[in-house]
Amino acid sequence: MAAEGSNSIDALGQFQLHSALGAVGGSVNFTQSNLMMVVAGLGVMGLLWLGMKPRAMVPGRLQSAAEMGYETIMGMCTETIGGPKSRKYFPFVFTLFFFILFGNLLGVFPLFFTFTSHVMVTLALSLTVFLLVTFVGIKEHGLHWFTYFVPQGIPKALAPLMVTIEIISYLSRIISLSVRLFANMMAGHVMLEVFGSFIVMLGGLGLLGYFPAALSLGVNTMLIGFELLVATLQAYVFAILTCIYLHDAVHLH
Amino acid sequence: MDVASAKMLGAGIAMIALAGVGVGMGTIFGSLVTSVARNPASRASVFPLAILGFALTEAVALYALVIAFIILFV
Repeated sequence: MAAEGSNSIDALGQFQLHSALGAVGGSVNFTQSNLMMVVAGLGVMGLLWLGMKPRAMVPGRLQSAAEMGYETIMGMCTETIGGPKSRKYFPFVFTLFFFILFGNLLGVFPLFFTFTSHVMVTLALSLTVFLLVTFVGIKEHGLHWFTYFVPQGIPKALAPLMVTIEIISYLSRIISLSVRLFANMMAGHVMLEVFGSFIVMLGGLGLLGYFPAALSLGVNTMLIGFELLVATLQAYVFAILTCIYLHDAVHLH
Repeated sequence: MDVASAKMLGAGIAMIALAGVGVGMGTIFGSLVTSVARNPASRASVFPLAILGFALTEAVALYALVIAFIILFV
């Protein structure tokens, strides 16, 4: 918000971490980011546990939501990874998808924090996926996995260059996976902050500023709707890219 | 030119990258419309691919935005 009557908008201050849970939290650096991770985890567990408690043949709303979540991720796993062992990776993909989804969605609510808007968090998730995919590939294929970097049907003279490019593009998956999620979440919240600041700054202009401030409020409302879409989409893209990378690891193209 | 103005100019120039992203987005959804128009029954299987393509292209736009933010604020 426009602090101390200054003319600049403090867009990035919202991402600063403070200790949640007061002094006890401060001693172990338990920030609002960690608190939201706990809330997201409890939310996912609550969705599944409370949703599946009725065990009705004709599901009610919550049970339907839990079952649909299970079914879409299971479909994503079996179709994208393919092969007889694709169900092995379902728990990981399910956890990953719902953790990121709840993290993204919880950030839309006021006074909550989007823990995926910090590149360190998304980098940790992305490194987990990268290491998992590499280990799965090496475990499945042994040393033959390294032929993944040699594309088929190229002239021998080009091989060193192509292998280098392939290795670089494989390593860049870490960056692309993390920065995609981080930048989407951060940009969304920066936009919300900027348009929110517009409302306050325009409202401070007196009667003339009320109409543009109302317009800015409308834009902010639409941005929140867009944020919900982007949150879901980014969680889906993270999960489906994980499945695609696992497909490459298990099947070597 | 002082550093603050140079930073603002740098951030603005970094955003020129969005031209390519705009072209890419239009291509994805144009081909989605064409393919659904040719074969309306394929909509259920083509639409998730279009959304995946949209998200991957949007990621490139956000890489440019991240560079702009780094120029502006770091």
